[in-house]
Amino acid sequence: MSGAALLRLQGVSKSYGSVHANRAIDLDVSHQSIHAVLGENGAGKSTLMKLIYGVERPDVGKIEWQGREVRPTSSAEARRLGIGMVFQHFSLFETLTVAENISLLVPGTKAALAARVRDLGATFELEVDPNAHVHSLSVGERQRVEILRCLLLDPKLIILDEPTSVLPPQSVQRLFGTLRLLRDRGVSILFISHKLEEIRALCDTATILQAGRVTGRVDPRQASSRDLATLMIGREMPPPPLHAKAKPGPKVLEVAGLDHATDDPFGVSLSGISLDVRAGEIVGIAGISGNGQKELAEILSGEVALLSAQRDVIRMMDRPVGHLGAAARRRLGFAFVPEERMGRGAVPEMPLTDNALLTAHDRGLVRRGLVRRQHKAAFAQACVEEFDVRTPSVQAEAGALSGGNLQKFIIGREIMLEPKLLFVAQPTWGVDIGAATAIRRRLVALRDSGAAILMISEEIEELFEICDRLYVLHKGRLSPSLRVQGTTVEQVGEWMTGAAGEPAHA
Amino acid sequence: MSALAFILAGTLAAATPLLLAALGELVAERSGVLNLGLEGLMALAAALAFIVVYQGGGHALAFAVGAVAGMVAALVFAGAVLTFRANQVAAGLAIGILCLGLSALAGRSFESLTITGLPKLEVPLLSDLPTIGGLFRQDIVVWLALLGTLAIHVMLRHTKVGLIVRAVGENPRAAQAIGHPVIPIRYAALAFGGCMAGVAGAYASTVYTPLWADGMIAGRGWIAIALVVFGTWQTGRVFLGACLFGALSLAELAAQVVGVQLPSQLLASMPYLVTIVVLGLISSNRRRMRLNSVASLGEPFEK
Amino acid sequence: MPEFVPREHASVRASVLAPFLALALTVVVSLVLFALLGKPSGAALHALFIEPFLSWYSFSEVLLKTGPLLLIAQGLAIGFRAKVFNIGAEGQLILGAICASALPVYLPTSTSPWLWPAMMVLGALGGALWASIAALWRTWLNASEILVTLMLSLVASQLLNYLLLGPWKDPAGFNFPQSVMFQYEAMLPTLLPGTRVNVSLLFGLAATLAAWVLMQLSFLGYQLVVGGLAPRAASYAGFRGGRAVWVSLLLGGLAAGLAGAAEVAGPIGQLQRSVASGYGFTAITVAYLGGLRPLGIVLSSFLMAVITIGGDSAMVTADLPVAAVRVVQGLLLIFYLAALVGVRYRIVWSRIATQATS
Repeated sequence: MSGAALLRLQGVSKSYGSVHANRAIDLDVSHQSIHAVLGENGAGKSTLMKLIYGVERPDVGKIEWQGREVRPTSSAEARRLGIGMVFQHFSLFETLTVAENISLLVPGTKAALAARVRDLGATFELEVDPNAHVHSLSVGERQRVEILRCLLLDPKLIILDEPTSVLPPQSVQRLFGTLRLLRDRGVSILFISHKLEEIRALCDTATILQAGRVTGRVDPRQASSRDLATLMIGREMPPPPLHAKAKPGPKVLEVAGLDHATDDPFGVSLSGISLDVRAGEIVGIAGISGNGQKELAEILSGEVALLSAQRDVIRMMDRPVGHLGAAARRRLGFAFVPEERMGRGAVPEMPLTDNALLTAHDRGLVRRGLVRRQHKAAFAQACVEEFDVRTPSVQAEAGALSGGNLQKFIIGREIMLEPKLLFVAQPTWGVDIGAATAIRRRLVALRDSGAAILMISEEIEELFEICDRLYVLHKGRLSPSLRVQGTTVEQVGEWMTGAAGEPAHA
Repeated sequence: MSALAFILAGTLAAATPLLLAALGELVAERSGVLNLGLEGLMALAAALAFIVVYQGGGHALAFAVGAVAGMVAALVFAGAVLTFRANQVAAGLAIGILCLGLSALAGRSFESLTITGLPKLEVPLLSDLPTIGGLFRQDIVVWLALLGTLAIHVMLRHTKVGLIVRAVGENPRAAQAIGHPVIPIRYAALAFGGCMAGVAGAYASTVYTPLWADGMIAGRGWIAIALVVFGTWQTGRVFLGACLFGALSLAELAAQVVGVQLPSQLLASMPYLVTIVVLGLISSNRRRMRLNSVASLGEPFEK
Repeated sequence: MPEFVPREHASVRASVLAPFLALALTVVVSLVLFALLGKPSGAALHALFIEPFLSWYSFSEVLLKTGPLLLIAQGLAIGFRAKVFNIGAEGQLILGAICASALPVYLPTSTSPWLWPAMMVLGALGGALWASIAALWRTWLNASEILVTLMLSLVASQLLNYLLLGPWKDPAGFNFPQSVMFQYEAMLPTLLPGTRVNVSLLFGLAATLAAWVLMQLSFLGYQLVVGGLAPRAASYAGFRGGRAVWVSLLLGGLAAGLAGAAEVAGPIGQLQRSVASGYGFTAITVAYLGGLRPLGIVLSSFLMAVITIGGDSAMVTADLPVAAVRVVQGLLLIFYLAALVGVRYRIVWSRIATQATS
């Protein structure tokens, strides 16, 4: 690993308007190394990747590739240099086959590509059927397609953006095996993550970003998680919320044998879903996205209502609600925070006041069919203050808020409805650690006040931190209820891959 | 001539303007853009092409002028929706209104004049068959339209260009991320669609009914848009739909041949009524619509 | 190359400026176009934009045209904000005219003072009924309301032809495709004595007030707007999408039908083909040009009425065909829609930026 670095960034800065996404970044990636870029959401990792991959141009600073200064102005140019990228939200096309997807980027006939896919797949433990349509693949398989697509271009550096967020624990080990194999064959890896343990397990070097600046360069195998965390967020990790033992009350949500064939040709059908949530407890649903989370959320929220004959399949507050729409369920004391903030949980083009009206209209904000302006503004103002939403005013458009602040607003709005049952999906996706901690505290506080909470999340750590019980969703089926105390991450992982309990549940 | 022979002989020619315009719209929609201005594009091209032939420029030049007119109009639309991010529905209507106005303006002095169309080319032997023989006596544009249908089918299904167009329509962000520039590709797809609409309009006014009259496109542009939905965005089915509507548009004449007594307005409404009914039948299969439709259709793209 | 950089907040200034920018660009392009056609451009513009104000009569004609445009555009704009695209107002107008005409056609001797009010009610219902087919098709069969409303308007004009050439043809009308002339009681009261301006202008103003209350103050209007901006947010909140479709199409049909009824009971005085003179399509332009806002539409309907009347003068003074009005209308709309980009984006003129690297 002597001589010039493979990739060297010197004093690279990039701003968007008044936001300094990257400030004077220096970064050295050596040959044959796995280099981590560690930082929390919003630290500037993605911007940095875009600069390296040619999607954006730096305002100032220099990028050197194999000792030569380069200015990639497009991703195509970056690929020609030998830089590949695996996106967090895959850039694949569902209606096309694996081979077709690859041929959009890699020259060659489909037959030749298919052969190379099989070849490389066998070498690097990335097996996937080249003739399969992408929509029929699991998330893990899709990631393999993305990596294969990079490899077929014979890169010297592959950037992976949060690659483990879509994988169950066991598959993470398999991915790491592949990445080590690649390193040993001469491909360097730039591994973007916010997960400390993974970086310590995998990477040779780590560059840590905080608020757009480099705050450290360390050998992660030598550093402690605590050191890394401090470099990443600039202070010690906030302690997890106090978590007293739950005192479960009566059942507030009961789902009994829910079967649902989805309308969406690319969706997941649910079968035999049974679960219950009692007052005063937080119940989690673990699992990798794309296993039926979206469909289950739509059915529980009432956005997709069941037929009248299935009214008893879902009961809330001891009443059959399967046939009811979202508004009717809300009137029973149900509230919901969806995984998409923009365009579902909030209307980005509308001010916060109007976004308060979205679900809080029954709390005196409407009289005789007319909207009461003052009440609306007062509700929004109370929410902003109570939940520490950073915004210039309640007249600001929802779309102008950062992800964490908008999420605080939405969760705040739903909590202010004083729900008996709160359903939250991916509450801390893309949210910075400060906001994520605040959100989890609020959820625990709501539980302690006697509400029932159901939470879908991909983050096992988060589920273990605040849930009392867990279910795991895999391929549209739900595991039996698991007590958090006495269950290990590995056990949950087995349910996530379907390795556990198949016979018991079939 | 029996009514059946009459319809068989005339269907392909009647279907051709619908088919050409619908194929162009199909490619544009496959890339993710809905162009509702088709009716206007066809009318503008029809007026200009007619003028060219009337002034002695010949059919080849007329079709070229029609194609260019359609393309230019489509590019104006493309500029509005792709560069200036205008609402696709409203901008489509706007370009339709504009082109209809321009066509009336250009064609005013040529209203209700006539010209000669194009000769029929016969397939030897087959065209002598009883009843179905008429099917094999068509003008060159019809034959070319059939070839074009095949070419577009192959292009969309089996070539790299088709793959890229489909990819851009399904997931523009991903396409952009892997280096296929969405906006230029959509410009190109719209330009192609405009060209096809232009050729369709030129055919309507210089070959199919060789005369110009304001309003002569008579909803064909809209039916072409509906045909793309009927065909669930697939070339073969769009072709079948065009033939169905071609045959239907002959129903009025065929009814006279047979001597059926129905109000002519009812017969004239048939294509529209059938469009409404078929649209309902096809669209009600939500699952199939979602499976086949273009995911990003009508949505603005932001880099 | 111009580049568009997203703004953090929608710019009010840009949304107010857009129609004026569009008007200016339209004037410039029309000047060039008319010159290319060998028409006297200056005279044409004078005729289009100035002459309507030069006499009381032509100004009163502008007011007469403003009525139906205002009424229809208010109805359509509600739907457009909910992203329910009713582009077949022309057909709903025709049905309104037909339904209203049924009374004087079948009761030619009635002298009831309730005749014209009953015609208005029937007309509005007729328009709403025609639009409800599209609403049913959309909510029940998932069919695009754009295509269905348009097809229905083509069917409506055939239906009008059928009635005028067949059962409703005036036997004493020298075989012209028109119904009998309506009796006095079937005619709308005049609003401004000595002109043809009738109470339909009041219908337009009442519709404006109603639309303003609905869209600015009411919770229903809020739900429609949410459905238009973010359909998934609407279904998340439990606002029913089907209801938005029904409300939008019924209100649009109601307004267009009423406008059609007011045409036959007003300036036309009988049912004839000229009732389908394109108000339904022009109103789409009017609705957008008014920013889909009730008060903006008051201005844009007036502007479009000016251009329409101006077009009639231009035919005489500048030898400009009526089609020129459609061209001007199309230009206005396309320029306006393009100019709206300034509301959400800042325009930055940049050369391909080569960075000043160290």
